[in-house]
Amino acid sequence: MPPIRYSRVVGKSKSYFMFLFSLCALALSGLVAAHFMDTNGHHVTGMTNRVVWGLPHVFAIFLIVGASGCLNIASIGTVFGRQDYKPLGRLSALVSIALLIGGLCVLVLDLGRPDRLIIAMTHFNFKSIFAWNILLYVGFLLIVVVYLWFMMEPRMKIYSRKVGVFAFVWRFILTTGTGSIFGFLVARKSYDTAILAPLFIVLSLVIGSAIFILAHSAIMRFGERPLRVPLISKICKLLALFLCLLFYMTLVQHLSFSYATERHGVEKFILAEGGIYTFLFWGVQILIGTLLPLIVFLVPYFNRLSFLLMGCCMVLLGGFAQLYVIIIGGQAYPLEIFPGYIVEDGFFSHSIAAYVPTIPELFLGVGGIALVVILVMMVIRILPFVEESSSSSVH
Amino acid sequence: MMNDNSIDHYRRRFLKNAGVTAASAVGGVQLINFANAKSDDQAVADSVRWGMLVDTSKCATDCTACVDSCNEEHGLELFDRPESDVQWIRKVELQNKSTGHQVSLPMLCQHCENPPCVDVCPTGASFKRDDGVVLVNKHTCIGCRYCVMACPYLARSFVHENLENQRSWSPRGKGTVESCNFCVHRVDKGEQPACVVGCQSDGHKALLFGDLNDPDSEISNRANTISSRELRADLSLNTAVRYEGL
Amino acid sequence: MICMTSELVTANNTGNIALGIDDQCVEPTDYMRRYHMDVLLHQRDETVLKGIRTKKHSLVGCINCHTKQDGHGQNIPINDEGQFCESCHTYAAVKIDCFQCHRSTPDIEVANDE
Repeated sequence: MPPIRYSRVVGKSKSYFMFLFSLCALALSGLVAAHFMDTNGHHVTGMTNRVVWGLPHVFAIFLIVGASGCLNIASIGTVFGRQDYKPLGRLSALVSIALLIGGLCVLVLDLGRPDRLIIAMTHFNFKSIFAWNILLYVGFLLIVVVYLWFMMEPRMKIYSRKVGVFAFVWRFILTTGTGSIFGFLVARKSYDTAILAPLFIVLSLVIGSAIFILAHSAIMRFGERPLRVPLISKICKLLALFLCLLFYMTLVQHLSFSYATERHGVEKFILAEGGIYTFLFWGVQILIGTLLPLIVFLVPYFNRLSFLLMGCCMVLLGGFAQLYVIIIGGQAYPLEIFPGYIVEDGFFSHSIAAYVPTIPELFLGVGGIALVVILVMMVIRILPFVEESSSSSVH
Repeated sequence: MMNDNSIDHYRRRFLKNAGVTAASAVGGVQLINFANAKSDDQAVADSVRWGMLVDTSKCATDCTACVDSCNEEHGLELFDRPESDVQWIRKVELQNKSTGHQVSLPMLCQHCENPPCVDVCPTGASFKRDDGVVLVNKHTCIGCRYCVMACPYLARSFVHENLENQRSWSPRGKGTVESCNFCVHRVDKGEQPACVVGCQSDGHKALLFGDLNDPDSEISNRANTISSRELRADLSLNTAVRYEGL
Repeated sequence: MICMTSELVTANNTGNIALGIDDQCVEPTDYMRRYHMDVLLHQRDETVLKGIRTKKHSLVGCINCHTKQDGHGQNIPINDEGQFCESCHTYAAVKIDCFQCHRSTPDIEVANDE
């Protein structure tokens, strides 16, 4: 088999620089938004003492979970030895790193005291899932950098499978950790379920695969390289499998919630009476994010690049909606401190909490996404990440 | 001249405090200073566990004395944004759905023996003192709000605003999480928490504060003879705040 | 710069007597200049974590002693420009994190009820 040839993607056109410039403007506006929130305090956001994690957290977790899933493409190549996935390994690892950095930036900039990041790195409470996540994220970055190095350096190539397996396992632990941030919240009826850990793993595979397909296709298209549509179609079939799994996990979660009387309130809220959350659940997560893409990916008629890419976009919308419903819908539903009582207090502690995201929160999140794209564009500009001619690797 | 003023001031302040102590001793009001008050240089000990017993039958529906005293003591500024304003103690009105029985009670940090907020805090800023008081070390709080998510009692608040002129004994600041601290600065001096004093001055005496580990304390005796319960007992957190008549 | 700091210290001994210290800080001035952060850090952990509330090394003590007053008898925040903490910290380019949470003047009771 001839070796895969990689080269740099150096954009020269006016539109390339215009695009890059707009991305920088978006990333910068994210920073400005974070500064605005930091100097004024979080009252300028839609977040309250009832909904303490808002839109920035949805963006951050979307990106972080996507980072874990995106590396799956590299794993399929190195760990499971699928030759046709191998040329994609480098880009998969790069996008994964960029996604994680973008997500962490959003997460950190939303902290009440982002200036104390060093404390988060030096003081660890090992019973905290959050503390574990900090270690898991930093570890993931290091491992993927080494993984990339081994994939790119011919002399180290023989070890790339070993580190690939390690990264593969680490990914599972990492996303288990992310899901458990919510899964282990014993006090809240909307969380407190172990299924959130595997659900987040599957969600990461769904989001990560879709992001990778879009990123890869865009780079091949604008880098004027031939795109292997059959391979894209194949990854989309795999994505369809992940979608079915995600649908199954969601189904089991809601079945178990619907069974327990104590969870009927929160179930009714999400599935029927939750307004925006109910709409996002049925309309975006289930219809646009699951059913339609399944049809696109599995019905032969739609087996064309434009449809497949549209399917991936829908998957991302659905994944985002799912995280929004889990994170914000879960908080909007009140805690039950006095079961059997009608409760009244000046703090609205027992009614549905209102949450309307504000512009700074949106900019912070979008800025994180812009940062991801900038990172990827910059790195593939200086290092050979993208295969030059795909025909050489097909066999 | 300045110095004279200061001396006068300190003298006055001392006399005022002494006066209060004397008055309470004479009047037999329950503003007792604990006999076992520790000295300033002594660390808190795990032989003590501070707790509170709320007699809901004495808690009046429209009374907010505990909330007002707390806000005053800790200088809790409100910005007329109820959903993001801090609250360390709040009044809750309850009505039983099947029997119609009405109860009024204060909700505050329950100072759990096994606090979920301490479990989830990534930096260890949320911690429990040896004497059972659950606190936020604001020096190491990064403002992630995970503890607010984890608290079963909605007892924690995130400071959403810039603050100025805080009380010297109750430092608080934007971007960190806070909650009732059982008035540690008072308790360490052998005094009662502000809410307890406020409730007593209003004549309700619904709040009883003391050492749950001391079998002879008033709170232990009362808890021992009268039925009381902890909130969300299903979580097995063993709270230090208990409620009678609920 | 150090001269300036000493000037500030001597020009401003409001409250010294009330704290039982005359014209001198709780530790020798040279020591305090170099190690006040360690002293404060130690006291901070002792107080917050263990409830040890000795007055000698408390931040409130620093503020009560070292705050200056303006022409109208109002306390000037100790971290305002040119004031005790700020003058040195700006020179040394070290950010002070204390006054995000701690008040930067003596307490209202101390300051205003004369």
